[in-house]
Amino acid sequence: MIAVLALRSLRHRRATAALTVLSIALSVFLLLAIERLREEAREGFAATVSGTDLIVGARTSGVHLLLATVFHVGEAGSGLRWSSYRALAGHPSVAWTVPLTLGDSHRGFRVVGTTEGFFEHYRYGRAVALAISSGRIFAGPREAVLGAETARRLGYAPGSNLVLAHGSGDDGFMPHADRPFRVSGILAPTGTPVDRTVLVSLEDIDALHAPERIAQSDDPLAAALMAAEPTAEASRTITAFLVGLRTRTSALSMQRAVNTFPDEPLTAILPAATLQEVWALVGVAEQALRAVSIMAVVVGLAGMLVALLTGIAERRREMAILRSVGARPSQVFALVAGEAAALTLTGVIVGAVVLHVALPLARPWLASRIGLVVGGVWPSVLEWQLMALVFVAGSLVGILPAWRLYRHSVADGLSVRT
Amino acid sequence: MPTSRSIESDRETLAFSRGSRVDQSLPDATPVIDLSGLRFAWDPGAAPILVIESLRIDAGERVFLQGASGSGKSTLLALLAGVVVAQGGQVRVLGTDLADLSPAARDRFRADHTGMIFQMFNLVPYLSVLENVLLPCDFSPRRRARAEARGGSPRAEALRLLASLGLDGPQLLARQPAQLSVGQQQRVAAARALVGAPELVIADEPTSALDADRRDAFLDLLFRECARESTTLLLVSHDAALAPRFDRRIAFADINATAVRSTAA
Repeated sequence: MIAVLALRSLRHRRATAALTVLSIALSVFLLLAIERLREEAREGFAATVSGTDLIVGARTSGVHLLLATVFHVGEAGSGLRWSSYRALAGHPSVAWTVPLTLGDSHRGFRVVGTTEGFFEHYRYGRAVALAISSGRIFAGPREAVLGAETARRLGYAPGSNLVLAHGSGDDGFMPHADRPFRVSGILAPTGTPVDRTVLVSLEDIDALHAPERIAQSDDPLAAALMAAEPTAEASRTITAFLVGLRTRTSALSMQRAVNTFPDEPLTAILPAATLQEVWALVGVAEQALRAVSIMAVVVGLAGMLVALLTGIAERRREMAILRSVGARPSQVFALVAGEAAALTLTGVIVGAVVLHVALPLARPWLASRIGLVVGGVWPSVLEWQLMALVFVAGSLVGILPAWRLYRHSVADGLSVRT
Repeated sequence: MPTSRSIESDRETLAFSRGSRVDQSLPDATPVIDLSGLRFAWDPGAAPILVIESLRIDAGERVFLQGASGSGKSTLLALLAGVVVAQGGQVRVLGTDLADLSPAARDRFRADHTGMIFQMFNLVPYLSVLENVLLPCDFSPRRRARAEARGGSPRAEALRLLASLGLDGPQLLARQPAQLSVGQQQRVAAARALVGAPELVIADEPTSALDADRRDAFLDLLFRECARESTTLLLVSHDAALAPRFDRRIAFADINATAVRSTAA
């Protein structure tokens, strides 16, 4: 009976009710959307590199090494000797290694010197391997593979020519104009920093840098000789290398072996652990996002409270009528509180439905523009909890106007005294 | 439930036999309203605004209670409805001392036995005319059963009452209260007070918002329907012009001792 009355009453005030539902729905949508993106961002971040057990570089902080090698943030710092790399790569627990040389850029995109092993062993997300969307990986000299975003932003296709520069500025400095590269292939989008790279072979990086040293000698013959010959591997330095182990359990002992490597000071990090460390730094922003979405819910519920409270004056007569036909004050209370609960429930459902309709539509855009791979149609446990929380909060909000009308109906009885 | 039905039919018989001696009050019959030693103040510490030593209204009577506005008439009606409780004395309705009942039981008692009509704003704005009339049946199974017994179904009985009050036609019945004239609203309120044949109908200035013609027509309809079930009618108004049409006229100032005292002072 009271439920029927509550629904009829809401239908009577449908304009106000619709606005209230809309504001709650929007705030729930925002809350769930931010929560979902937050979750995906965290997962995506944690899975920027997966399947790599250790990253080894010159002695530095773990966060610095991770930022430099995986996110290409900050300068890579001093390198490590090729002989050290060879020595550690030959360690019995090591299954594979992929060397990385950083330091060059092309129009703002970092150049990564590496080997074919990178395409074979680099994993991101849930152990997803890199895929070529067009062309092929580098095979010959001066061939480059572009990350998806690099290619899209710079408008390159397989066959395009590009000139690399030393340094990481927008145009870098000291362009290696004498040695243009040709795009051999383009990677499929990954949502990781790999999308914003230019991948070339280690030999090409060596060749790029060799003539610079010679050019200063002012000896044309020596320069020509040196340029014709690839730099000896022995004198090569690399920035870091990725390590895959035969068994994961040996990660800690391997890390120790690297950190105590006798020939030069090195650092090995467990990428997953260091990613967590970096995320903790980002965590403040994450909490701020969540605070904003919670504020949105508070605003939505406050809107409902205002609507219900302003309705009290005109509803006192209505309650006197209901009292005269036998309604108890508690039923008056239930009527108003029930309306608040119904409004909140509708708002929560509408918000959740809109999100789950909007999500599949937004998915391609999110994946390509922000690199967020948002999966899952059904709400997660956390989302169910959040929705339940909003519903409970909304129902509690309804208690205030319900209580006031209850007090009024007890005091007013059958005639409204104002 | 056979027992409740037999009680119901006993009551029917009783009501019918009472109907045959309308306007007569036998000393042994249970009075519909019986007040004695009533004291009421809104604030427990304050001087009472209502002091009524004795008031008795018998079944089937049509009583006109006249008093100036603000004299405490509405408070008396709230006491009779069981919405408020007196600090002293007895308020008996149909033999039941309302003070003996819990608040919820008083609300239930009101729903079962009392129909009410106010001066204005009688109708729930978001319910249709028909739904407004059926409201008492939603709160009182007894009223629902009695409406069913009379009309075949509560809805049919509500429609009959509305028709006999001059309100019919599907468009009218489906309308929201705001679309009705004040006179129509008052007749809907009367139908709601009468549906399910409560023993007592209390009307608080029901004709104040009506012009003289409409007022007389409204009273005619109300009297006719009350007579059908020999319903006791207590109508409260400041308008002495209504008095001649009633069985009994009570001046509120005569029964309320505080009013006497304040006039004397």
